[in-house]
Amino acid sequence: MYAQMVTSEATNDDPAKLVAFQARIDAGEKIEPKDWMPEGYRKTLIRQIGQHAHSEIVGQLPEGNWITRAPTLERKAILLAKVQDEAGHGLYLYCAAETLGVSRDELTEALLSGKMKYSSIFNYPTLTWADMGAVGWLVDGAAIMNQVPLQRTSFGPYARAMVRICKEESFHQRQGYDIMMKMAFGTPAQKAMAQDALNRFWYPSLMMFGPSDKDSVHSAQSMAWKIKMNTNDELRQKFVDQTVPQAEYLGLTIPDPAVKWNEDKGGYDFSEPDWSEFFEVIKGNGPCNAERLEARQKAWDDGAWFRDGLMAHASKRATAKVAAE
Amino acid sequence: MSSEWPLWEIFIRGQHGLNHRHVGSLHAPDAEMAIKHARDVYTRRNEGVSIWVVPSATITASSPSDKGPLFEPANAKVYRHPTFFDIPDEVGKM
Repeated sequence: MYAQMVTSEATNDDPAKLVAFQARIDAGEKIEPKDWMPEGYRKTLIRQIGQHAHSEIVGQLPEGNWITRAPTLERKAILLAKVQDEAGHGLYLYCAAETLGVSRDELTEALLSGKMKYSSIFNYPTLTWADMGAVGWLVDGAAIMNQVPLQRTSFGPYARAMVRICKEESFHQRQGYDIMMKMAFGTPAQKAMAQDALNRFWYPSLMMFGPSDKDSVHSAQSMAWKIKMNTNDELRQKFVDQTVPQAEYLGLTIPDPAVKWNEDKGGYDFSEPDWSEFFEVIKGNGPCNAERLEARQKAWDDGAWFRDGLMAHASKRATAKVAAE
Repeated sequence: MSSEWPLWEIFIRGQHGLNHRHVGSLHAPDAEMAIKHARDVYTRRNEGVSIWVVPSATITASSPSDKGPLFEPANAKVYRHPTFFDIPDEVGKM
């Protein structure tokens, strides 16, 4: 999940208005930017959509790492298209967040100052080409679990962004699985690389859903507002149930001896990831946190003259046009 | 002199001769760049054959609180719909 541990913001609004607002949501109505909404709803959404957008943008880095070293020209073109999609997804989401009254630059600055987070998963390195397969298959697969239900979220611009994203995301997961198939059915060395990628990305992928939140008041509030559609555990279980047979098809082993079909619950049993590792990564102590933020900061700084230059050109031309009229 | 690029609303005409439809928004320094960005952001998969870009600041929208006075009068005028009128089967398709 690209938005993790988003705590709902407290709301200090007129109780009658809150009741009417909740009734609209319960009736399945979409909330649009100019509609009245509780302050907590607005703030929580800015945090959640912003974090989701940041994840898309930072998420370009682990894969961008392999564009120049893709094994064939076709693979390179495909990876380039995928990374470009991620930039697009980030932009759809930033625009949705901006309808709530926050500016793009404010969001960017909050990311760079560490005030806003992005998904823990992008703080892991992509060491081999097989990681491109694992990222598409597992990371995008986990993201889809969360994004598909969010197409029905109560905030109109967010729901519409999700519809566009989901259409494109299935390409991402399939291209990842395609890489995994190629490697898993290739030479023993290729298969070993595929297994190694699965070993390293399995638990970080499970962490993407965040720790169990079945007792969290924040999650309960977000679910009532329909900005969170399922509990973290539900989504994680769904992800495992979908992924285990896919790993079996590849002839790869999930790096968890506890993975076993449980007839009673109609799903797989599995081990929880190491949550202390998750909290360390969230705090900024993951393997690549510093590198990721440095890359974003550099892009922001190095691009400043260009953004300003285009703006200066645009205003010069606008002035010249007015003068000519 | 950092100033944020203004926001543009993007409208795309799809393949099948339909109206331009609002697809989202983006930031760009001017209209020309807005079209270039719209091409990259909103038509990566052949979604369109034509793009309109409009500065968001120039759009005037109806207010949500006017929803009642603006749209409720139409609710009461069911005779505006063809299904209001019962035409006997013998008359044939109309």
